Amino acid sequence: MTYATQSNIPSLVGVGYKTQHIDDINTNSGTVKWLEIHAENYMADGGPLIKQLRHLRENFPISCHGVGLSIGGELPLDQDHLNRLKKLIDWLQPGLFSEHLAWSTHEGGFLNDLLPLPYNSSTVTRVADHIDQVQNTLGRQMLLENPSTYVAFKSTTMDEIDFLSDIVSRTGCGLLLDVNNVFVSGTNQDYSPEDYIDRFPVEHIGELHLGGHAEDMDDHGETLLIDSHDNPVVDPVWKLFDRLLARSGPKPTLVEWDNDIPDWQILESEASRATDALGRAA
Amino acid sequence: MSNTIVKSLVIASSVAAAVAVNTGTVAAQATDKCFGVALAGANDCAAGPGTTCAGTSAVDYQGNAWSKVPAGSCETTKVPGMDADGSERFGSLEALLRDIPA
Amino acid sequence: MSLSDFAPALLNVENPVPDGLVDPKGRPAGRRFDVYRNNVVHSLSEALASAYPVIQKLVGEDFFKSMANVFVRQFPPSSPLMFQFANEFPTFLETFPPVRHLPYLPDVARLERARRQCYSAADADPIDGTVLTGATPEQLMSARLSLHPSLRVVVSIYPIFTIWENNNNDIQKPLPTGGQDILISRPLDTVNMQTLPKGGADFLRALYENKTLAEATDIGSETDGFDLTSNISGLLAAQILIKTTM
Repeated sequence: MTYATQSNIPSLVGVGYKTQHIDDINTNSGTVKWLEIHAENYMADGGPLIKQLRHLRENFPISCHGVGLSIGGELPLDQDHLNRLKKLIDWLQPGLFSEHLAWSTHEGGFLNDLLPLPYNSSTVTRVADHIDQVQNTLGRQMLLENPSTYVAFKSTTMDEIDFLSDIVSRTGCGLLLDVNNVFVSGTNQDYSPEDYIDRFPVEHIGELHLGGHAEDMDDHGETLLIDSHDNPVVDPVWKLFDRLLARSGPKPTLVEWDNDIPDWQILESEASRATDALGRAA
Repeated sequence: MSNTIVKSLVIASSVAAAVAVNTGTVAAQATDKCFGVALAGANDCAAGPGTTCAGTSAVDYQGNAWSKVPAGSCETTKVPGMDADGSERFGSLEALLRDIPA
Repeated sequence: MSLSDFAPALLNVENPVPDGLVDPKGRPAGRRFDVYRNNVVHSLSEALASAYPVIQKLVGEDFFKSMANVFVRQFPPSSPLMFQFANEFPTFLETFPPVRHLPYLPDVARLERARRQCYSAADADPIDGTVLTGATPEQLMSARLSLHPSLRVVVSIYPIFTIWENNNNDIQKPLPTGGQDILISRPLDTVNMQTLPKGGADFLRALYENKTLAEATDIGSETDGFDLTSNISGLLAAQILIKTTM
């Protein structure tokens, strides 16, 4: 069954919430309009983090981003984990819920990384089934995020956009387009990020992500970009963002920064640059 | 007096004495955000530092082939009554059973 | 290829890069696969260090990193909740030969684990000890005291509280002779620790197991020097009383 999009997240800029920034957020100058949290950090029985979140949701629209469901995995979804997620979603009532087109759990445990999958008819069915299960459990629509990838699979027979579009038509889920991931994967997989942006089914976008990456090299001296979220957004990604907005119009946009967390002011200035771009597209 | 009565009076006077020195302590505590603990093992969705770190070196512990030695503040942490090699007091496992929760 | 080849090769470097993985030109993935190996091992090692900062300080960052490389491969997380990762670390330290000469490490790690568990335990409102004052001596004997769900007790034959304090606060208090038993609790928003008086760990354990105050007193008294007043006083000071049933 499909669920309607119902979001209280404005088409403005939010940031990934880090506990270090709580004091700055409480005195936020207004650039940051909403916050995104990682679901798995709020699945404890209790404690100050959850208390903090109960307080934050009084003042900000909250979006919830899962990093542990392993939707792209071969195993059935972890029912215990899904139940924990439902419990969180039920009280938090986030404006949006999103997860990744990736896997992280296999026999032997949770690997704490967003791992890639081949795109073909059997994986598209599996991912769609998993998304149906998530949406039916939560009783709401979810967004699926395009990944950063570093390898290709011989068993891939569909390109990523066709794969995502197929998932959307089978499940009625929305899409979270990570613009940095488009740049990272395009570079790593040797396709044009601009073409990807031009072909993306913008009508299904519920949220956008922006973040920084690091640069490395493969065995043949080819540039390999790593989705490290430890840097400012680079200029080519800002250009892609503008290009996308010209097609899609303003969308809820998140600035992510997960490693080497900077001072709030730096996040704010990234947020403000994103706000300008959204303003130009309005 | 019976032992039970004595015991009940001991408990009553201990409770009274303990309560007397602790009246009004609830909620007197300061709010500290506990960042250290808050950050202990958080989930995020970022990738690591690329191809140049320990994930690709063979690391299984193989006895003699292991050349690393602890070199932090343990070098200046001298536990009174403990032998230099620590073997004398190693492992008091029965004590661990008293941990709460077990 | 099945992801069943992918997953084990992440943690075992002697496993070859899975066959079906390539670069965009169709050449073997090589270092590209290493990105995932590094992500997994690096992120888990960082999580381990964030969960056990005092252990890291005690053994030094270099050694800790190497040890983490061994640990995370032996004990990858069993659940996606990273705040529960590495609960096996204290036991691992007991059996890891290169730290055998530091026998206090496992108990210091237990203290760090207890602090972390305490932080994310269920909430409950502490109550004032005055609820006990109206009771008759007989009622007190059979009273059952419910303690805060965040309560943790770690006992050790080593002075682990002072070792923790020295390393956490960068100070150098002389280490006392003998062991330290520690009460860890989070009645409101902070994780607090205090050392327990003699017999205190057993007394608290008895209460925690829902024994009566009289029974718990008997159990505490099995340790020489047990003093009921200071034990109840400590319990009230720690604000871990949440309910009494008389």
